[in-house]
Amino acid sequence: MTSPDEPGAATGPRTDRPRRRRAGTGVRTGADSGTGGGTAPRRIRAAGRRGVPLPLLLPGVLALAFLLLPLLALLVRAPWRSLPHQLTSTEVWQALQLSLVSATLATAVSLVLGVPLAWLLARTDFPGRGLVRALVTLPLVLPPVVGGVALLLALGRNGVIGKWLDAWFGITLPFTTTAVVLAEAFVAMPFLVISVEGTLRAADPRFEEAATTLGASRFTAFRRVTLPLIAPGVAAGAVLAWARALGEFGATITFAGNFPGRTQTMPLAVYLALQNDPEAAISLSLVLLAVSIAVLAGLRDRWLTGV
Amino acid sequence: MTPSVRRTRRMLELAGAGAAALLTLSACSSSSGSSDTASGTSGSASPELSGTVTVFAAASLQESFTALGKEFEQQHPGTKVTFSFGGSDTLAASITGGAPADVFAAASPRTMATVTNAKDTAGAPVTFVRNQLEIATLPGNPGKVASLKDLTEPGLKVVLCDRTVPCGAAAQKALDASHLKLTPVSYEQDVKAALNKVELKEADAAVVYKTDVHAAGDKVEGVEFPESAEAVNDYPIALLKNAGHAETAKAFIALVRSAEGQRVLGQAGFLKP
Repeated sequence: MTSPDEPGAATGPRTDRPRRRRAGTGVRTGADSGTGGGTAPRRIRAAGRRGVPLPLLLPGVLALAFLLLPLLALLVRAPWRSLPHQLTSTEVWQALQLSLVSATLATAVSLVLGVPLAWLLARTDFPGRGLVRALVTLPLVLPPVVGGVALLLALGRNGVIGKWLDAWFGITLPFTTTAVVLAEAFVAMPFLVISVEGTLRAADPRFEEAATTLGASRFTAFRRVTLPLIAPGVAAGAVLAWARALGEFGATITFAGNFPGRTQTMPLAVYLALQNDPEAAISLSLVLLAVSIAVLAGLRDRWLTGV
Repeated sequence: MTPSVRRTRRMLELAGAGAAALLTLSACSSSSGSSDTASGTSGSASPELSGTVTVFAAASLQESFTALGKEFEQQHPGTKVTFSFGGSDTLAASITGGAPADVFAAASPRTMATVTNAKDTAGAPVTFVRNQLEIATLPGNPGKVASLKDLTEPGLKVVLCDRTVPCGAAAQKALDASHLKLTPVSYEQDVKAALNKVELKEADAAVVYKTDVHAAGDKVEGVEFPESAEAVNDYPIALLKNAGHAETAKAFIALVRSAEGQRVLGQAGFLKP
């Protein structure tokens, strides 16, 4: 969708281009540089002549090294010889399966509830919206363990709402797989909401307005116009939320407890293995790492660049 | 002691905007007490004891060690005792990983062995207290738990410590000794987490230490069980190899093992070694 604009991007004045173009063209350029088609290479060559500015290159490379070094250490110290033995235990596969299922469910919950919330924050005006937006990010700053305690106080057997769930429906959430999903959704949803809200704000509302003037209801406009427009942002947010949910530890162990096969996710298994068998903990971490990298890389190819 | 006095004084200063007389009184009393005078003469009183001692101690020691730390600072002005409380295994792992600790007090000989095996201790560890298990139930014991066997009743939500931490290993030992099979709703990461689940009324019972039931006050009710004699935990304490102020650290260990230390620990529910 960006290609008709490309010549303008190279020659025309750049200052008055809408801001939202930046992310889109950035991705596009990356993809084009591989195939070498269209007008993009001209710009690439121009950039290459000037070189990468050192004040950006040095910190950038440093950041990359900083992020990758601990992972590298994990690989270096991994007990490769005993790895196959460590990974054949059923507990590991149980934990991995539970992790993947609960993180995916938590992402689904975040999508169903989080996208509408992001729309409300970006497209409607109500008093105290700034405060609500700040509150949405609360789980990000809250230590996860505190989040877990808060969930217990709200949804536990003796919690503010949980008390009624127990009395009326006989539902108790703590120590169940549902609790794992809830704990993960609690910490992961803000990532999705923030990401989608940012995309919504950058998206041009005139498309929606045009749709409504042509007779579409506001919901239809959202479904048929806005949603396809912000799909990359939703996908990026979902991936972030999924990754956060997969690594969730504090809220899960506090709210859902730790029982193999029911609430023991990989991070919990890693933590408890670390107590008396650090080698097993490293092996488990490697599995979690490999699986998450595989999934994220797969998704990135499919969703995030193919737009 | 110095910081605590300073804190009280600052608090009084803050509160005392309208109570200048009170402020003067308190300032007088605190400076006439041991703090200020002692900090001035601390060098002559005990020249060798100074600096900060960092103690890594099992979560169950929190209340009594905090009290002993305050006492130590009072006895030896110029010193400071800082604590890191947690699961013994986590602490052992961080010590072998190079965490800056001077003293390690573990809740089981096995966790201490991790540290001694890594040759991170200076001298052999000594057992300073023992701890026995107890069942913690909701206040009033609505589940009518009277024995370890009662915990196996279906419908009762029981939490245990994970087998990898001392309290979980001890609970398992007691259960095995009495040939009971107990399926808890959760294996918690440390004893305080297990106790918390009962305090928050999410679980009906937990198998924890006597000292934890003691510390929780009336938020839980303790039920002793004879099988706990099968799984009494020894608590070893040791000076660590990389201790910065070794003399001060040794003095703290001596306080823990002294009659006074044993009195404080006994009050918290610990058994004599």
